[in-house]
Amino acid sequence: MTLSVRDLRVHYRTLRGEVKALDGVSFDVADGEILGLAGESGCGKTTLGKSLIRMDGRMRLAGGTAELDGQELPIGDDRRMNRFRFARVSLIPQYSMSAMNPTRKIGKMVGELLASRGEKLDRAELERRLDLVELPRDVLGRYPIELSGGMKQRMVMVISTLLDPSLLIADEITSALDVSTQKAVARTLVEFRDRGFVRSMIFITHDISLTYQIADTIMIMYAGKLAEKAPAGVIVSEPRHPYTRMLISSLPEVGVRHAERRLSGIPGRPPSLLDPPTGCRFRDRCPLAFERCAEEPPPIEVAPGHHVACWKA
Amino acid sequence: MTAVPARRREGLYFAVRNGKLLAGLAVLVPLLLLAAAAPLLGGQDPNAYVAAPASPPSAQNWFGTTMFGQDVFAQFVYGLRSTFIVGALGGGLAAIIGMTIGFTAGYRGGIVDEVLNMLTNIVLVLPALAVLLIVNAYLGVRSVGVQALFIGLTSWPWAARAIRAQTFSLRSRDFVDLARLSGVRTWKIIAREIAPNMNSYLVMTFILLFGGSILIAASLDFIGLGPSQGISLGLMLNNAARWSALHLGMWWWFIPPGAGITAIVGALYVMNVGLDEVFNPRLREL
Amino acid sequence: MRRYFGRKLLVYGLTFLVAVTVNWMIPRFMPGDPVQSMLSRANVSQPAAVEAMRAHYTALFGLDLPLWQQYGNFWAALFRGDLGTSIWVFPTPVTDLIMRAVPYTLALLIPSILLSWWAGNRFGAFAARRKWLDNTALPIGYVLTATPYMWLAILLAWGLGVVAGIFPVSGGYSFSMRPNWSWEFVGDLALHWFLPFASLFLVAFGGWAIGMRNMIIYELEADYSTYLASLGAPRRLIRRYAFRNAVLPQITGLALQLGVLVAGALVTEIVFSYPGLGHLILKAIQNQDFFLLQGAFLFIVVGVLVANFVIDIVYVLVDPRTRIGMGGEAT
Repeated sequence: MTLSVRDLRVHYRTLRGEVKALDGVSFDVADGEILGLAGESGCGKTTLGKSLIRMDGRMRLAGGTAELDGQELPIGDDRRMNRFRFARVSLIPQYSMSAMNPTRKIGKMVGELLASRGEKLDRAELERRLDLVELPRDVLGRYPIELSGGMKQRMVMVISTLLDPSLLIADEITSALDVSTQKAVARTLVEFRDRGFVRSMIFITHDISLTYQIADTIMIMYAGKLAEKAPAGVIVSEPRHPYTRMLISSLPEVGVRHAERRLSGIPGRPPSLLDPPTGCRFRDRCPLAFERCAEEPPPIEVAPGHHVACWKA
Repeated sequence: MTAVPARRREGLYFAVRNGKLLAGLAVLVPLLLLAAAAPLLGGQDPNAYVAAPASPPSAQNWFGTTMFGQDVFAQFVYGLRSTFIVGALGGGLAAIIGMTIGFTAGYRGGIVDEVLNMLTNIVLVLPALAVLLIVNAYLGVRSVGVQALFIGLTSWPWAARAIRAQTFSLRSRDFVDLARLSGVRTWKIIAREIAPNMNSYLVMTFILLFGGSILIAASLDFIGLGPSQGISLGLMLNNAARWSALHLGMWWWFIPPGAGITAIVGALYVMNVGLDEVFNPRLREL
Repeated sequence: MRRYFGRKLLVYGLTFLVAVTVNWMIPRFMPGDPVQSMLSRANVSQPAAVEAMRAHYTALFGLDLPLWQQYGNFWAALFRGDLGTSIWVFPTPVTDLIMRAVPYTLALLIPSILLSWWAGNRFGAFAARRKWLDNTALPIGYVLTATPYMWLAILLAWGLGVVAGIFPVSGGYSFSMRPNWSWEFVGDLALHWFLPFASLFLVAFGGWAIGMRNMIIYELEADYSTYLASLGAPRRLIRRYAFRNAVLPQITGLALQLGVLVAGALVTEIVFSYPGLGHLILKAIQNQDFFLLQGAFLFIVVGVLVANFVIDIVYVLVDPRTRIGMGGEAT
């Protein structure tokens, strides 16, 4: 078991009170597993990714634990967490295009970053990885502005995985790319896993069809809670949660990018997380809702590795 | 649609809780009231000889008197008045010119932009005070209004440049494209689609131009090129320096006018940062 | 690269053209006969001077010539280095007076600009996002930058000069001395230099500190800073990068502030009767010495243009993005 998250609760401090962006989520990620994390925007998937590596100033850990390789991650403690970042948990951010310091040559920046963490730069290994993602070796002597968008993306992927982390969080990394580049990026991530650059991965996206191509397991979130988690094939072929079913049925046969847009077809909107309703949070939009849904459905394992939080499942 | 009032309310929420904004207002508003009440507090003529010369602050003359027996407090409140007027008129004119040029250059682009940009850059590198020295020395400046006019004409370039850059980034947004495609006229697009999206920015630009005008006017007055009629804080400093208030130890003559300018301009700058924090959530202290 | 500098030089060239044209035009806006009105406004006592000046002005303005020829003559005189003759200290050429004053002004300006820029940036970066410093020291920065240069100069002259008696408050050196290269004289120069320098330094320092503080907060919120923090980079590294990137707009800011700084130096010199350009300009205004005023104006414009160009070069050396952008344009 690489990652084990138990009852994670993360709140955002806002003017009108605490937004319960993550309200008790539990799941595991196994060695070598790629977990695809999907859902509408605001469902808590980005919050989950952030809280496993670095919370921003407005986020607060309200409860729950995360364990990596049997060791507890101090996710609520920014300082103590530093030791784990990069080496054990790493991140490929949404903003790869602007993630590198514009006024430093890339190679120099990487060297300084490693030195600041007390690591030595293994030049040969770095160059091998550049070859792997088909970046010319001289990018290290260039400034970020001299690279194309796709090159920057690949460069950030190489940097983030340089210390062979146990867990890699890839947060919406494909949303700014065109379809063919998206596929290439996804293939590279799988290859990184196969070569052991990263042990396991959480791939966050709102694009289910892309997730399906690379993930071993897919987890669907809704309004700060887990809705359904199952092997990728199962999620697509026999979804059990009504929300998942509506997500999947809104996908055409092949590659539609923005499942999210399609979702406007589902009437209604997710509930406010400032003061979330009791019971099932999908109730108001669910065609199958009945009296029992006023009670909150716990996630149950309906088949091996298939968890669903729905009374009808 | 519903997001706009919500955002406005949030802005207000932060505005009334922003220490910098409130502190700036707390300094500015009393001075403004003092300036408004100048005729009540300072009598009819601030330059009248009303008391014994060179006397220190007393119950009759709160800020003492000048070498010639003029009341320093009367001069101070009238001087505040000129200072606010020169700031509002000079800063206002500079803001209008800067907005006109900035919007036009940024929205039109192409050759119009090239020409306006060249003009902006030329006026930008010309040292404003040096130009004003020449102009004022030859043409002479009688009133605060004329002084403000000249200041406004020379201090707009950085504002034009900043507004141009902002307009440029807004020009290609969806809503502007939509308006353009639906045949809305250019100035209407600028007034309805572009300007409202940089409201806060325009307010802050005006505040900085306001402060800048005050400082330039004070320097000109001090050199002796201020308005030949009336009184201003810069002119008080000029008189004090000219008649050796320094060596005579008449501190009450030169401390109030400088303190007045510093308080007004400092309050404006602090308010500006406060507003920036209100409008720009990323800058708020967490 | 060539295109970039070509453009800049074009702007500076045009600016110079505008400045000279303004210089030529303004006297012609004066009502009536400019020569007559200038002579009547000037405070000249010697009759010889009046005659010489009438001849000089008439030749210079050449009012009977067509306008374009008047304008051409003006430029020709300029290129000969002839800025006219001073009325205030007749018959000293304006160029001589200016050349005598410039070293004093530069001695004030260059150290105060460079030191305040350096120290202000350091301090502002240090104060940013450190709560108590941010709340205590920065208000002082705002007060400093809002202070009119001449007022701080007056306060320093009064406090440290008149009241405490530590520093002299007027002149570039003691009246009893003749300029020479003895230690005594240099020491005396330094003593007279210190207060004007300090007052210029302090006002400018406040501005730079605040600028840097606001700039670096943006940089610390930038994506690259967040990425580094997510990879566990220490605060020190992130701040170092942010500082370097925040310095770049401060260099541009230096170019934008030059005019204000020069203006500050002029009024500061007036307070201390420091024998630089500011003092010269005051005398020119008091004595209605328009040639001297115009000469000083042109000189300041040229100085500012040259300084701008130097800053452009520095900027290109410091910011890799401009170099690359230019290289890309050329190919």
